[in-house]
Amino acid sequence: MKETDICIIGAGPVGLFAVFEAGLLKMRCHLIDALPQVGGQLSEIYPQKPIYDIPGSPGVLAQDHVNNLLTQIEPFSPTYSLGERVEAVEKLEDGSFITTTNEGTKVASKVVVIAGGLGSFEPRKPAIQNLEDFENGKGVTYMVKDPEMFRDKDIILAGGGDSALDWTIHLAEIAKSLTLVHRNETFRGAPDSAEQVFNMANEGKINLVLKSNIVKIGGNATLEEVNIADHNKEETVHKADYLIPLFGLSPKLGPIANWGLNVDKNAIQVDTFDYSTNVPGIFAIGDINTYPGKLKLILCGFHEAALMAQSAFKYVYPEQKLSFKYTTVNGVQAF
Amino acid sequence: MVNITVEDKNGTRQDLELPTDMGLSLMEVLKASEYNILATCGGMALCATCHVEVLEGADKLPELNDPEYDMLDTLPDATPDSRLACQLRISDEMEGMVVRLMAEED
Ligand SMILES: Cc1cc2nc3c(=O)[nH]c(=O)nc-3n(C[C@H](O)[C@H](O)[C@H](O)COP(=O)(O)OP(=O)(O)OC[C@H]3O[C@@H](n4cnc5c(N)ncnc54)[C@H](O)[C@@H]3O)c2cc1C
Ligand code: FES
Repeated sequence: MKETDICIIGAGPVGLFAVFEAGLLKMRCHLIDALPQVGGQLSEIYPQKPIYDIPGSPGVLAQDHVNNLLTQIEPFSPTYSLGERVEAVEKLEDGSFITTTNEGTKVASKVVVIAGGLGSFEPRKPAIQNLEDFENGKGVTYMVKDPEMFRDKDIILAGGGDSALDWTIHLAEIAKSLTLVHRNETFRGAPDSAEQVFNMANEGKINLVLKSNIVKIGGNATLEEVNIADHNKEETVHKADYLIPLFGLSPKLGPIANWGLNVDKNAIQVDTFDYSTNVPGIFAIGDINTYPGKLKLILCGFHEAALMAQSAFKYVYPEQKLSFKYTTVNGVQAF
Repeated sequence: MVNITVEDKNGTRQDLELPTDMGLSLMEVLKASEYNILATCGGMALCATCHVEVLEGADKLPELNDPEYDMLDTLPDATPDSRLACQLRISDEMEGMVVRLMAEED
């Protein structure tokens, strides 16, 4: 069990900055995010777009902004669980919390801050009827965490974006056979990768199936075969140990809806005094919350983080009185 | 003004009369008509939560631009007549068009 003062769910810009505001008040933070990287929407959806309305940083690229935040919070040594989705938040009798992820990681904390944005980023799934029967280690997987898992296996990849191309190139070396299924005739991803994939197909290193879709999958207990239909709806059956659909990610509110919080239209209702929820000790900041006049902007989330920290202090140090100080007075006291 | 028909997830159709002189995108009009689409990226062809399938009148629309094509190419459920509503400006060519919402929230 990991122990910390504040467990922050969501490592988008607002969750990251919350580490800074908490750190100024000597509170330690652990961050959890479903994505394998920090930065939330900024690094997942628009890393190369300039943001113009961050005070004092005109026209900063989204990914640069995330990197700046990481530098800013470094003195407070936050810890991370990335690539894990929070499933449950449990309140104990003494008022503290246990937060549990889908990988079984448990974090004990005095305060929980939900900075979950639009929800956790989940893979887009193709409409194949019994897809879910083969998830969770039975052959269908949406993320390549450990490539070794695919050594000497028959793999089918589906998708046409950059990640489908990159993984095709990478896994072809390891797999016994690799088939890439794509709906169109051409790839719009990075031209270099696309060319490499076509070359590999010509050399017989991979099996490229274009203008086709996966229509059916089957097997006893684990995945054994995949049916691919071409544009004339003619089906062929392919032997497969693994199917990896790679169609990008999209945010889903997910488990947050089940934690006993007041939720309105996919957002958590908060008190604007300190962005507390209806459960004492749980706060919600950034895009995930809602209140009259709410604007889903990064700078609004930063403001919410500052006020949240003032109230969170009372849970972490109930005996102490908080006196307000500028960073210019004491600087940043690392820990 | 131009008239189009929108079909939601449940198959319910509604006719909309839309102004062509305000430079609005189909995504903005759908949001204003209270359809529950997220349009997370605000119209930058980066999120695909404004994905629609054009059931009638697809041939009269302007060609897909590169960012739109790239985004659609990554989706599992795109069809040859898929478009991103945020990349379609309301225009006279849309008269009689029928679109189906592909990414409506519950
Ligand atoms: C294309 C685009 C352009 C934008 N431009 C601007 C702009 O110019 N200026 C501006 O101020 N804002 C802009 N925004 C909005 C801005 O990106 C958001 O306001 C900001 O990302 C909110 O930050 P956040 O930390 O609250 O949430 P997010 O960035 O959404 O991060 C939330 C994180 O929480 C994680 N999470 C959620 N639930 C769970 C769970 N159960 N378990 C584990 N992890 C979970 C998610 O995976 C995600 O990484 C833009 C947004 C987009 C999409
Ligand atoms: S609104 Fe995001 S792609 Fe159209």
